[in-house]
Amino acid sequence: MVNSQERLDRTFKALTDPTRRAILAQLQRRDCASISELAEPFAIHLPAVMKHLDVLANAGLITRSKSGRTVTVRLRAQPIREAMDWLRRYEQFWSRSLDRLAPYAEGKEAEARRKSR
Amino acid sequence: MTSLTLVRIIRARPQIVFDAATTAEGIVHWWGPDDGPVLVAEADPRVGGRYRVRFLRMLDNTEYESSGEFLEIVRPERVVMSWRWKGGVPDPCESRIEMTFEAIPEGTRLTFVHSLLHDEDSCRSHEAGWSGALEKLEAYFLSENRREDINSR
Repeated sequence: MVNSQERLDRTFKALTDPTRRAILAQLQRRDCASISELAEPFAIHLPAVMKHLDVLANAGLITRSKSGRTVTVRLRAQPIREAMDWLRRYEQFWSRSLDRLAPYAEGKEAEARRKSR
Repeated sequence: MTSLTLVRIIRARPQIVFDAATTAEGIVHWWGPDDGPVLVAEADPRVGGRYRVRFLRMLDNTEYESSGEFLEIVRPERVVMSWRWKGGVPDPCESRIEMTFEAIPEGTRLTFVHSLLHDEDSCRSHEAGWSGALEKLEAYFLSENRREDINSR
């Protein structure tokens, strides 16, 4: 049984590498991907990508399932997905809101300048 | 901590942006996820004062209400408020909004941060330690979002 401290160490280690974060970002954008699809944007060879995937799988961040000769990779971390949903929801909410705040405040500024003349 | 950061340059002095952002008169003009109207806006912008905003979301033609407390106020530089949904919104966690208003030659640089508080019992219980790891991952995604946000201006 892996204790939480060990798991935390693995997760941190998994996330410190920019290639692994980019792999997670790709999996975040699409639901699942094959290993060759994941490897495509990187100037590294397939075995190096496989090693990164091992690290991510050991940290519990992805799952791999094999069907014939194709290995399908999926993002596993439910907490990350929840956090991303939260972020997306509020990003939309506030960015639309601030889109209205800016012209409103700019109108008030123009009004204040007219008055002070 | 999970958090969202948006930065906007607004061509108005900080006092004006601050008042637009924190008073009921201002809030009614901008708060909400789409073009649905703000139905009720109440705000008592002093430390310990409350605010309440009820708005209609056009997407599902449903009214939503958010409310909270002003936790810190330094006019016209900074305001911190708590945020909570009222009613059947699937987000039981209390969260925190922090706005800073920085005077720049163009007017004001507004930095808007909304963060989810993980240490609340009512919050979804992420396993201990997850939030730090999430923060790193989110910083990665957010740096992408922020670039888009600035580029799209």
